[in-house]
Amino acid sequence: MCLAIPGKILEITGNQALVDFDGIQQKIIIALIQNPEIGKYVVVHAGYAIEQINEEEAMEAIEQWKEIAEDQDLDLTDML
Amino acid sequence: MEITDLNILRSKDFTDKIIKSINKIMRELDKSIKIMHVCGTHEHTISKYGLRSLLPKEIEVISGPGCPVCVCPAADIDKAIELGRREDIIITTFGDMIRVPASNLSLSELKAQGADVRIVYGPNDAVKIAKDNPNKEIIFFAIGFETTVPLTGYEIKSNPPSNFSVICAHKLIPAALELLMSIDQLSIDGFISPGHVSTIIGIKPYKLFSDAYHVPNVITGFEPNDVLLAILMLLKQIKNKKFETLNEYSRVVKPEGNIVAQKIISEVFESVSSPWRGIGRILDGGLMIKDKYEKYDADKKFDIKIEKSTDIPPGCSCHLIMTGKLSPNECKLFRKTCTPLNPVGPCMVSMEGTCSIYYKYYSE
Ligand code: SF4
Repeated sequence: MCLAIPGKILEITGNQALVDFDGIQQKIIIALIQNPEIGKYVVVHAGYAIEQINEEEAMEAIEQWKEIAEDQDLDLTDML
Repeated sequence: MEITDLNILRSKDFTDKIIKSINKIMRELDKSIKIMHVCGTHEHTISKYGLRSLLPKEIEVISGPGCPVCVCPAADIDKAIELGRREDIIITTFGDMIRVPASNLSLSELKAQGADVRIVYGPNDAVKIAKDNPNKEIIFFAIGFETTVPLTGYEIKSNPPSNFSVICAHKLIPAALELLMSIDQLSIDGFISPGHVSTIIGIKPYKLFSDAYHVPNVITGFEPNDVLLAILMLLKQIKNKKFETLNEYSRVVKPEGNIVAQKIISEVFESVSSPWRGIGRILDGGLMIKDKYEKYDADKKFDIKIEKSTDIPPGCSCHLIMTGKLSPNECKLFRKTCTPLNPVGPCMVSMEGTCSIYYKYYSE
């Protein structure tokens, strides 16, 4: 039920956007996020974007995630 | 580009490293640990990838009331069924909801009897049905946790047609965590908190909770390595006796959550003491539509009262399963009378119900 999947905004018309989910395109509602932008990624739940992440933020978040992992005393040097 | 660097998120080497660290920390802790998650999608990840079998046996990962369909009281479904019997009413709801047995029937059984019950993908579809059918009353049977609440709120706020209304059976997660902490026999050592509920509410509601109860909490993503890393983060807190809320899923969850969605929620709804199926009434555990929007509140519009309802059918143990006191294979009906094709209790119906997940992923 609380499943939400990421997709990329292709077009914006009013409070709707056409979003690409790995090749499948779907119209969704973008009224729940601030400043939606073409090219950005959104996390979509039941046809509504509930969060937006741009490429940079997504990469940063991955870096953060790696840091969290390292903080837990995991040695990731040979994997990154 | 992928949103997540799946190479590392899904790396087996990484899994091995986390497990190694978990084993090390468990040797130091030298006691049993009970961790609860409250999300059907987490149970899915845990069961599908066999994560329990990777962990040392002293760690028990139990499944809490994380299935919105399962915690929806039979009385609310009975109400939808009573209303659905009327010729002029179309009941709309999520696909997961319609097969859930209520006191006597499920919505799909009502549909088989000729009622107009329709599955929608989101509340906007229900509003569209209302616009297309001006001579009918369209009721959206709204279930779900904070992830779903702003969707319903947005439609209510956006001036839907007057033949649209909502049975509001939305529930709130932090209040349920609080209740679980008060159950003595459970003694939970840490919580894995749901990533997409947190996307909406942010970190703060959990922080208050981990501060008050000295129990660690990790907001967690849905890859197997997310869940394992979260377990490690919990163990480390337990070892260091430092109990906080940490955000493992920072690639999606912002500390403040989704402010737009939060504003919509507080504009349209107020929190109320609310019954959870099989668990009982939880203070601030649910939402009702504010008076300002009462014309969209199906409860007020139709004034239907359900005098008596049955949440847990005879022989079913969903109430114990949803509070982590029992595992599905300890229920006598599991796999025998109760199967996904013939569900006895709510936990066997939804894809997120613990019984149906166990049915799918754990062999006999
Ligand atoms: S297996 Fe069926 S009867 Fe037993 S607790 Fe689960 S849903 Fe209820």
